[in-house]
Parts: sequence; structure tokens; C-alpha cells
Amino acid sequence: MSTNPEPNSPPSPAPSPAPNPAPPPILSVRDLRVRIGQSSILQGVGFDVAPTGTTALLGRNGVGKTTTVRAVLGLLPEEGEVTGGTVRLDGEDVTGHRTHTVVRRGVGYVPEDRGVFGSLTVAENLTLAERAGGPHHYDLVHDLFPELKARRAQRAGTLSGGQQQMVALARALLNDNRLVIVDEPTKGLAPRVVTEVAEVLQRAAERVPVLLVEQNLAVVRRLARDAVVLDAGRTVHTGDAAALLADRERTTSLLGVGRHERPERSGQQAGERPGEREQREHATKETT
Amino acid sequence: MSTLVLLTLTGLGLGALYFLIASGLALIFGLMDVLNFAHGAFLTVSAYAAWRTAETVGGTGGLALAALVGTATGALLAIVVELVLIRRLYGRPREQILVTVGLSLAVPALVQAVWGADSRPFPVPDALSGTVGVLGAQVPVSRFVLIAAALLVLAAVNLFLSRTRYGLIVRAGVEDRAMVTALGIDVTRAFTLVFAIGGALAGLAGVLGGLYFGSLSPHQGTSLLVFAFVVVVIGGMGSIPGVALSALAVGLVQQYANYYVDGYGDFAVVVLLAAVVLARPAPRLAGGVA
Repeated sequence: MSTNPEPNSPPSPAPSPAPNPAPPPILSVRDLRVRIGQSSILQGVGFDVAPTGTTALLGRNGVGKTTTVRAVLGLLPEEGEVTGGTVRLDGEDVTGHRTHTVVRRGVGYVPEDRGVFGSLTVAENLTLAERAGGPHHYDLVHDLFPELKARRAQRAGTLSGGQQQMVALARALLNDNRLVIVDEPTKGLAPRVVTEVAEVLQRAAERVPVLLVEQNLAVVRRLARDAVVLDAGRTVHTGDAAALLADRERTTSLLGVGRHERPERSGQQAGERPGEREQREHATKETT
Repeated sequence: MSTLVLLTLTGLGLGALYFLIASGLALIFGLMDVLNFAHGAFLTVSAYAAWRTAETVGGTGGLALAALVGTATGALLAIVVELVLIRRLYGRPREQILVTVGLSLAVPALVQAVWGADSRPFPVPDALSGTVGVLGAQVPVSRFVLIAAALLVLAAVNLFLSRTRYGLIVRAGVEDRAMVTALGIDVTRAFTLVFAIGGALAGLAGVLGGLYFGSLSPHQGTSLLVFAFVVVVIGGMGSIPGVALSALAVGLVQQYANYYVDGYGDFAVVVLLAAVVLARPAPRLAGGVA
């Protein structure tokens, strides 16, 4: 379990001993502690997100990945609170700030359940996401998701799961962001759609750093440069993603792959729309 | 036939009144999960402010000014209540209910202390006090004023919801408030705005209630609020078209039952409520606004 003796010390983002110092992280979380109701969900989460590329946040179900993301964004449920630690976005302390103020500093967020407004049209979902004062990259969005342009007048609730995920990603990429946080974007999607989402994320990561919560290790292998692993509300590993995934013993002990789950987890889903019950159960596990 | 026409138009007028009160309640609940029991108090205070204005100025112009004053009073009162009391209590439904119920008791008592418990005649200008012959029935002009006002409000609220950015925020917020904030939007401003709109409509309802009943009393708002809540429960929290249809149904059922079943109008409304609630497969607490 203790692959990293000091989980809350800053990890070294540069895997090779480069002579020039590493650029400062875009997001820096230190010793984050969160209580929800009577339960301590996070008991010391710390990691950095590099200012370029994709950082994967990994761990088994219920270890606190979604809670970590939500705490960063000030989106904890009513009975939840940050009891310790700091969150710095581009060097500025945003710990405990209200969600819209954190987001306005330049964060795009794609939640686990996608958070698409089903009664609004695709175009209205995007209009709502337009942040004041910044350029809105409709050219990029329509280039990445030509289908959304064709379906702009359609109610988002009538789209397939994969199309809804495209709406959610499009909203996050519409503005000039300093960081995009994406929580389990491939969950419950058909393998073909998983590939599409991964391609979009790969192109997105060329423009903006991405913090990616993901269970599908094939997607992680393809996208992530750095990896952070949580277990029982603590950071237990930070380092190079490829090195972690190549180490079978470590992935088994940290992620439970091979014992509890197959690595191509979401590939098992046949349909594009995940069962609502499964999603709710999953969400409950993640946040409580 | 003429009785049926009169009952129907009177029922529609009453339904229009219910719609004005219930649409604000539905928007406030849909967006903020706040059950605003103080809504009736907004109505009562606005009605008295309008009454003072209409008495002072007089005539049709006085009534028009009274409608403006009443609407503005309702909006202002709602903004103050939202900023000073409700804002601190988001996510704390028990405290919200205590505060709004407290207001719903205290404000009528205050009004009663100032203007007395007796109902006062509301000055209806001559132009509106007559009747119009419709299919043999003599229908008071004020009924048509109420119906027209409700239709205008329905159109205006729909325009607001479908054509403005704040309307978009409200519709999205009714569905998933947290996600709206996660797009960088400060929903508390939308909260204040929706409270102000709800208060303004309650204020207008206070003025039109004076016109409809020809009088006003400190507890008018509270008794109308009961039926407005019934309308909201039947029509669906957060659904404006649903509330409009439900307000029509409640107003008509109440009028028909009052006449044909010997004054059992209120009871018939309760039966309608029970029938709808029991027949509904699942609670419609979350629905689209437009």
C-alpha cells in the first residue's frame, strides 16, 4: 500500500532527471480532507496536475476520486465539507471557494453523470456554458463534434449516452480553460464510442491540461502521462502513468485489476445508455 | 346555459388568480427547492398598498397605478425576504419553512394591526364594475380583466424562460442546480430574480384579487395561498404550462361544485387533488419548466 512513503509531499512530475526545473503545476492539491455526514471520505489526498497533457486519477470504486474532484470544485453535497488541506489553481488558493468562482478562473468540468440538461436543446446547453468575457470556441467544438451542429435544435435528453457525453465535453471545451476535469467519460459507453471519446480527449489535451478520472485502463494508457492513485481516501501513488501500467504487480495491488475487474471494464457494456440504477449505485459508492 | 357561461367565466377568472400566485410558487420551488409560505403575505401587503393607491387617486387611472404599485410592492418585498432571510437558509428546508410560515402569520397580523381585521371594499372604477352579456349571461367585466392579465403573464413568463439568458439559467437550474454553478454561473442572482418575479406576480394577484372579490382583508393572501399550493401540486413543481392548466381546472371545479353541489367547492378541490395525486404513477417533483 505504501508505494509512496510521503503521499502528500509534492510528487516529481519529471520522470527523467531533466536539468531544467519542472513548470509549476496548474492544480496542486495538498493533504485534502473531506467529511461527508459522519464519514471521513478523504483523509489526505495530495497531487499535482502538470500544466500540459493528461493526468489520470485512478483507484478502485469508492476510494474518493469523485469526492476529490468535487471538493476541488466546491461541489460537495450539502452535508459534506472540506475539513483540511489546500487546493491551488495556477498558484491561487481556491480551497472552499464557491463553485462558480473556481470555474470562472478557467476550469471546465465534465461530471460523472455528464450533467447534460435534458430538457434544453443541444444549442441551449452550449449557450449556457458560454462564460462572459472570453472567446467561445464554437469552431473547435463543431470541428470535434460535427454531429452536435446537426443536432443543435434537438433536446439533449433525447440523445444517446455517447452523444450526451459529446455535449458535456463540448461545454467544457467551449471556453478558454486553464484546466479541464473529466470524471469517468467512458463509463457505460459502447467500445466504438469509447474510442471516439478518447480521441476527443487526446485532441483536447493538446490545448489544455486534463485531469481525468478513468477506470478504463486502455484509455488511461492511451491518454495519460502522469498517474495519481487513491486508496481509502489517501494518495498512495503518484508518478509516470506508463510505468505504473507496465508494472502488473502494482496495478493489481493498487487498482485491483486482475483480481476484481478486467482492465477493459467499460468494453463489457453492450448498449450506449447505461442502466440508471447502476449509475446511481455507482455514484452513491463514490460519494459516500 | 347562461348560468354555465357565468360559472365558467367566473371559474376562469378565479383560475387566473390562482395561476398568478401559483406560477411564482412553482418557479421558486422548482429552482430553489423553497416552499414559500410567505407568498400569501406578499399578496396581502401588495393588495393593501394597491388599495391605498386606488383610494387616493381614484378612477381607472388610479386602478392602473394601483396595479403598478401592487406589483412593485410584491417584487420589493420578495427581494428583501430573499436577500435578508432565505439566502442564509438554502439547503435547510426546516428553517426555511419556519421562517416563511412565521412571515405568513406575522405579516397579516401586522396588516390587521394597522388597517383592522374587517374586510375593506376595494374601489372598482365604473368602467370595470359593469357586466357584459355573453350568450345570455351577465358576466362582470373584472372576470375578463383577470383572464387577460393571466394570459399576458403566461406569455411573458414563457418569453422570459425561452428567450432570455436568465430564463435559460432558470430552466437549467430547475433540472440540476449544481451543474449550473459548475458552468461558472452564479445561481444566487437567478434566485433573487425568480423571487422578485414571483413576488411581483403575487402583488399583481393581490390587486386583481381586490378587483375579483371587490374587497380585501388581512387574511386574503393566506387563504388564496392554500389553493395556489394545490394548483402547484397538481400542475407539477417547476412546470409553468402544467401550473396554468391546473389553475384552470381548480378554478372551474371550485365554481361548478359551489353552484351544483351546494357550496362544496373547496371540498371538490381537495377531491381533485387527491384523485390526481393517487392517479399519478410517480412524484413529478422534477420536470422541465417550459
